Amino acid sequence: MSVLDKTEEIRLLSGNEAIARGAFEAGVKVASAYPGTPSTEILENFARYEVVYAEWAPTEKVAVEVAIGASMGGARALATMKHVGVNVAADPIFTASYTGVRGGLVIVTADDPELHSSQNEQDNRHYAVAAKIPMFEPSDSFEAKEFTRLAFDLSERYDTPVFLRTTTRISHAKGVVRLDAPAGPAHPPGFTPDPAKWVMLPVNAKRRHVLVEERTKALREFAETWGGNRIEWGDRSLGIVTSGVSWQYVKEAFPDASVLKIGLAWPLPERLFREFAAGVSRVVVVEELDPHLETHVKALGIPAQGKELIPIVGEFDPRIVRQAITGEAGDVRAPEQVPPRPPNLCPGCPHRGLFFALKKLKVTVTGDIGCYTLATLPPLGAMDSCICMGASIGNAHGLEKALGPDGAGKVVAVIGDSTFLHSGVTGLMNVVYNRGASTVIVLDNDITAMTGAQQNPATGKTLLGEPARRTDLPALCRALGVEHVYTVNPHDMKQTESVLRREVARPEPSVVITKAPCALLPDHRRQKRPVYEVIADLCTGCKACSRLGCPAIEWVPFTPEEASATGKRPTQKGMARINPLLCDGCNQCPPLCKFQAILEKRS
Amino acid sequence: MSVQKGDVFLAGVGGQGTLLASEVLCDAFLLSGFDVKKSEVHGMAQRGGSVTTHLRFGPKVFSPLIEPGKADLLIAFEKIEALRFAHFLRPGGAMVVNAQEIFPPSVATGLEPYPGDAVERLRAVTDRLHVVDALAAAMSMREVRAVNIVMVGAASHFLPLPEAAYEEALSARLPDKIVAVNVQAFRAGRALLQGA
Repeated sequence: MSVLDKTEEIRLLSGNEAIARGAFEAGVKVASAYPGTPSTEILENFARYEVVYAEWAPTEKVAVEVAIGASMGGARALATMKHVGVNVAADPIFTASYTGVRGGLVIVTADDPELHSSQNEQDNRHYAVAAKIPMFEPSDSFEAKEFTRLAFDLSERYDTPVFLRTTTRISHAKGVVRLDAPAGPAHPPGFTPDPAKWVMLPVNAKRRHVLVEERTKALREFAETWGGNRIEWGDRSLGIVTSGVSWQYVKEAFPDASVLKIGLAWPLPERLFREFAAGVSRVVVVEELDPHLETHVKALGIPAQGKELIPIVGEFDPRIVRQAITGEAGDVRAPEQVPPRPPNLCPGCPHRGLFFALKKLKVTVTGDIGCYTLATLPPLGAMDSCICMGASIGNAHGLEKALGPDGAGKVVAVIGDSTFLHSGVTGLMNVVYNRGASTVIVLDNDITAMTGAQQNPATGKTLLGEPARRTDLPALCRALGVEHVYTVNPHDMKQTESVLRREVARPEPSVVITKAPCALLPDHRRQKRPVYEVIADLCTGCKACSRLGCPAIEWVPFTPEEASATGKRPTQKGMARINPLLCDGCNQCPPLCKFQAILEKRS
Repeated sequence: MSVQKGDVFLAGVGGQGTLLASEVLCDAFLLSGFDVKKSEVHGMAQRGGSVTTHLRFGPKVFSPLIEPGKADLLIAFEKIEALRFAHFLRPGGAMVVNAQEIFPPSVATGLEPYPGDAVERLRAVTDRLHVVDALAAAMSMREVRAVNIVMVGAASHFLPLPEAAYEEALSARLPDKIVAVNVQAFRAGRALLQGA
């Protein structure tokens, strides 16, 4: 393919955009997902095509169930999620493996080696083995689109759901893709009752399991001959077995080596492995994370090297691969020592007000998945745990039960609006049911923020921004049996603190909803707000405002001479300054200044 | 850069528009007939943290990531970020750095000073160092958000593409009403290093 050929429709697409395109070209009619980095943009891009239906589901499990339903009805269907989302959706996935499909059904798992934006680094190729579902693994955007199309064909041909696995460097790397025309629908819509296939009573499921095992055998034959699993013969002294983005690093680091490129991560081609091993004098398996290919190569009795050389933790680049195999580090300058720059809550973030108030209560805070997890970093340092979506509430309840009377009034859970609806609701139900007394704080910023502003059932808008009925969070909490539900404005830290003190002390469950929009929402950004400034003459350098950790508040250090020259006490070590380019006008900092030194900036 | 392939590393702070800058660069390369790949990270890292883009062009590109010590050009939107990723530059590579200072949390809260010797340390990495005041250039156009495209303009001196390719990419990529201001920003950035 030449990118110079203007007759072809050539686009530079991310892996996620390419998967969306592939799904469109494959005639997918229904797609459902819960947002999660690095998978989010697949649905956002897919939804832009006409004549498709795409939605944000409240959880990955619901998304897969919706896709299975669409497949039953004859439509090609797509569900996308990040790696940990598959944990949530595993229940329907494992049984969909038994039922098979009618319309093609593809589940995308976007893994995150290096944990760029995740709480673990799990390798979801294990799911393909465990659920007995074939799994494609593209190496770039071009393959992401091609494999997506093929996955739908394979799904219908073999009566199976199909996984497509990416990693961050596939999902969020852009590469050249050739666009093709979309295919027509494979089946007319309609549902034909077939209880032996769709009703997984034990009697039916037992028969389906037999078919699943036969299917895997048939797919293994496909894997032996499909061109996406291929040997690239080169220098026979080194043979590298690899897949996914690692193939790119191998081609860069060892351009002359013989390579067995695996495009179908499950089931694996045994004859092809044997043929490759017989043709080279040394076999090395290069794969990020777990020894998936390596385990299966070694199970065939093929002498191979893998994780004894190749890192099991983190992502690779060509240098890491080269160094692992040759042992040569190369001559590279050491990184400079500079102040770290971790991510931070944005200027104007409503969560900052909550956590500043919460810190004063000196309570244990069980946390959850979202931007607010950043409140664990200094100077706020106001979060003590973060496990998975929805865990905060169960964690708080369990901690309270463990601590007994000593723990009363000392534990609170914090959870975002979208995360609460994802899997916090059942945790809160449990607190009420089992006589807990936890205080649960729902951070309602009117959006799923961390993943880049996606709608959810509490925002009143669909994925496409159309109006929708809104889940009423206070009413939902009351319906679960929580009698004490209060809503506060977290930018008003005084009020927030006093409500929290009262509710934490209360010996029954209560919910405090902190309600203020995410500072990045377009509607919020369009509003005109004041910018604040520090009046230099009034600032005593006490750092009360700095403790907010707002990126707009900057510390300007003084020498004693500089302090004297500006009329300050020589002991004053510096003063605060507000960066007008960053200030969002949230008004959290002015009340913190005892010297009234923070005022609206006169333009 | 006389060879028709290269690795461009972009570094900045979340919110500075590095993403759009790299999109425009990619489009310009694609329009000029190159194979291009770029890689970056979304999600948590973008919340005011360090952000990087790896951009590679040539007749055929494999790895989406640049290895340390191999970048031909480092475009840094902030001085600390230039230092943080300076080891990605190859010996003799060029560096275009925005003079703007954005305080990371430890500096903003007074725990440590902003490194005052940043430029000297960068000069020790390469003598092909070009520090520009992209913020001032953008402010003079009354459009702070154009800092990213000013940087693209300044860096364009070190890339093998004609000016028209960038302007075509800007027109193709951006909504009509902001094309003109961004083309102006590109030209202002290019003028900052005229003769470089």
